Amino acid sequence: MKPAPFTYHDPQTLDEAYGLLATLENARVLSGGQSLIPMLNFRYVQPDHIIDVAGIAAISGITYKDGILKIGAMTRQREIEYSDIVATHCPLMREAILQVGHRQTRNRGTIGGSLAHLDPAAELPLVACAMDGMIHLGGSRGTRDVAFTDYALGFMTTAIEPDEMITGVSIPTWKPGHGSAFVEFARREGDFAIVAIAALMEIDASQTITRAALAVGGALATAQRLPEAEAILVGAKANDETFRAAGEACTQIDAVEDVHAPASYRKSLAGVLTRRALKAAAERTK
Amino acid sequence: MTDTRKITVTVNGKSHTKEVPTRLLLSDFLRHELLLTGTHVGCEHGVCGACTVLIDGRSARSCLTLAVQANGHEVMTVEGIAPNADELHHLQQAMQDHHGLQCGYCTPGILTTLFELLRDNPDPSEHEVRSAISGNLCRCTGYQGIVEAALDAAQKMRAGARS
Repeated sequence: MKPAPFTYHDPQTLDEAYGLLATLENARVLSGGQSLIPMLNFRYVQPDHIIDVAGIAAISGITYKDGILKIGAMTRQREIEYSDIVATHCPLMREAILQVGHRQTRNRGTIGGSLAHLDPAAELPLVACAMDGMIHLGGSRGTRDVAFTDYALGFMTTAIEPDEMITGVSIPTWKPGHGSAFVEFARREGDFAIVAIAALMEIDASQTITRAALAVGGALATAQRLPEAEAILVGAKANDETFRAAGEACTQIDAVEDVHAPASYRKSLAGVLTRRALKAAAERTK
Repeated sequence: MTDTRKITVTVNGKSHTKEVPTRLLLSDFLRHELLLTGTHVGCEHGVCGACTVLIDGRSARSCLTLAVQANGHEVMTVEGIAPNADELHHLQQAMQDHHGLQCGYCTPGILTTLFELLRDNPDPSEHEVRSAISGNLCRCTGYQGIVEAALDAAQKMRAGARS
């Protein structure tokens, strides 16, 4: 229950970090440590080098410009929770962050860490998925931006190359007046979600849905969009009948089975939570 | 060869400079290096909350923090809660009065977590108290006494602030 020995590095600039990533074998980036340190303690991972990026000021902070919410990788979940910018421009993320772990872990954990760890039930990757987030990667070979769909390759597997690290994420925000909801079911507050649903919606004056996004977490290898249900929503009236039909479509997912719940339970839950999320999102439109 | 670093950490107001292995957890630094055994180590993977301390005033699991990550920062442990050696903090007194502990193993983590809650939110609802300690496992009390203690301490601290 103690980490295996490693060599610790604490670069103060991105270039320094990129240089370390390019030259060191078997290195891991440490940000808030709320996922990596448990894995070190269990010795699930035994890196030879730990690169602590907490000292790099350039990758911390929250900005909003021209419809894009940009959050640095090292930004702590607590800062997101208390950010007026996030609450104003991205209510979905604000609602999701309150369901990320506990106060004690949000005080340390970062958005970059959550995206890099990519737990299938994690809330922040689900938000990035539902909102077409763009992940910013950097390394000594240069920087690149990867859309969430190309970033999340599978179960806890990302497009980050061994010589790269996440520097931040950009979220295109929705128009003012849109409605959103983040609904999850876990056995206890703060536990990993058995199923989580993120929903966003825009409605016109005739109550017709003009734009919709739906994504599911906890039920599949990674957060995924639900295109069949989205297709049912767009152009339909925002009412219980539509939401029921969309929920029904979500029960068709190829849900995973584990000690927490059988696949059939997750499918059923996906349908119920989708209905609830859509209803709540519709009620929040203005 | 063990990788080591010289770190300076202020704990309960007192500065400590030590050469430590970089893989040393903050929980073990506090207990084994500084002999502050009030911080309890339960699960060592961030689930039980017994090892909760405040880092720069914010609750954190010391088993999910390397000692080197605390370099240059301020840590408060359960030993730092009481105003002095002869007097209990309102929270500690309320835990005693309301039977908020039995074996006491989880208590340091509960106290540090509630200390942060009451500092940030002097008048929490019962739900807010339960939510704050949702990351702290207690197998003795069923939480009822802890919740009562937190609400009672909050009330006494508000009264104290007014007087």
